[in-house]
Amino acid sequence: MAAADKVDPIHQFQIHPIIPLHIGGYDVSFTNSSLFMVVTIVLASAFLYWSTASRALIPGRLQSVSEMAYEFVGNMLRDAAGKQGMQFFPLVFSLFMFVLVANLIGLFPYFFTVTSHIIVTFTLAILVIGTVVVYGFAKHGLGFLKLFVPHGVPGLLLPLVVAIEVISFVSRPVSLSVRLFANMLAGHITLKVFSGFVVSLSALGAVGIAGSVLPLAMAVALTALELLVAFLQAYVFAVLTCMYLNDALHPSH
Amino acid sequence: MFVTSAYAQETAPAAAEGDTHAGTAVPAAEHEAFPPFDAKTFPSQILWLVITFGLFYLFLKRVVMPRLGGIIDVRNDRITQDLDHAARLKSEADAAVAAYEQELAEAKANANKIGQQASDAAKADAEGTRKKLEAELEKKLGEAEASIASIKAKAMKEVGTIAEDTTSAIVEALVGGKADKSEIAAAVKSASR
Repeated sequence: MAAADKVDPIHQFQIHPIIPLHIGGYDVSFTNSSLFMVVTIVLASAFLYWSTASRALIPGRLQSVSEMAYEFVGNMLRDAAGKQGMQFFPLVFSLFMFVLVANLIGLFPYFFTVTSHIIVTFTLAILVIGTVVVYGFAKHGLGFLKLFVPHGVPGLLLPLVVAIEVISFVSRPVSLSVRLFANMLAGHITLKVFSGFVVSLSALGAVGIAGSVLPLAMAVALTALELLVAFLQAYVFAVLTCMYLNDALHPSH
Repeated sequence: MFVTSAYAQETAPAAAEGDTHAGTAVPAAEHEAFPPFDAKTFPSQILWLVITFGLFYLFLKRVVMPRLGGIIDVRNDRITQDLDHAARLKSEADAAVAAYEQELAEAKANANKIGQQASDAAKADAEGTRKKLEAELEKKLGEAEASIASIKAKAMKEVGTIAEDTTSAIVEALVGGKADKSEIAAAVKSASR
């Protein structure tokens, strides 16, 4: 069992409680997942806090990184949703930082990847769509439903188009969460599989060790790719959030 | 294998719930479900995500973002200020250059004027001197002419008396006796006309 676990690519996603906790019949234990959520926010907060502590006019390297992240997300939101969208800047910035840091932490061996669990990404996606819906109705009332009725569509096609729009809107939280979750999951499984090859091949003796160079090189390359994916998925998540928020601000197409 | 069991889990959540309570010892349930689809862990993950993300959001909104925004605003203000300052200095330099050029032009004009005046004065002086000299020469010429005329007149007059004397002598020699002086003078006068 223990030996099988070593090359089991799914093992890394398992959740086990650290501090068991049950409230109202639900298992809400503080798990390794919760631990890494805490690590994620502590690391991200600490970095943002300490790197900007000196408030230097001419930023050092770390302060530059914080400022770049801030301006990167700010420009992204302003481009997608305009000046009005800036009221959601804290939300988008914290989503971006949370997903990015969680993805990056997950790349360390033996570390748990928070974003590789669908429920986490889905909760974040529901937060985004919930914000869009609540703000959309609060700001525009029933006018928000114009989102589903594009201009200049012939009357005959209208029911079909509206149905498509509704389906696409409803599928947004699903696509938003599945995209991030699936990318992290698949990446980590692939990494683990190739690393597992290295271990199993090395056990076969001299020929195996020579042969294990190939999967090792693969694992190194994949790590680089995963680093890119970690950033890219955080970016995609933030960009889509910006675009959905734009719908809440300007529902008519 | 995992996938199928995961689907089984999803289609029978009640059974899953039962399993949770049955196998709280955890490792026993290890291979029952694909972990990301294991609904048993959902409440805990949602709760802790809400707590951690909420704290993170508040911290960023209250502490980090005002600070970052402040840093960037201060820098932008400073840059605009510096640019303004530079523009002001540049305009000052431009004004100084313009003033210098104007002064230079004025000085040149002045120099030209002074040169012109000096040359005009010199010319006028020379002209005056020339005119004075000319006038003096003219005067001297006039005087000379006058003296020539007077000399000539005197000579002519003397020519008359000489003629009278000569005539009286001729008359005396030819006729003998003295001729009347007045007659001789009248005769000479008419002859010399």
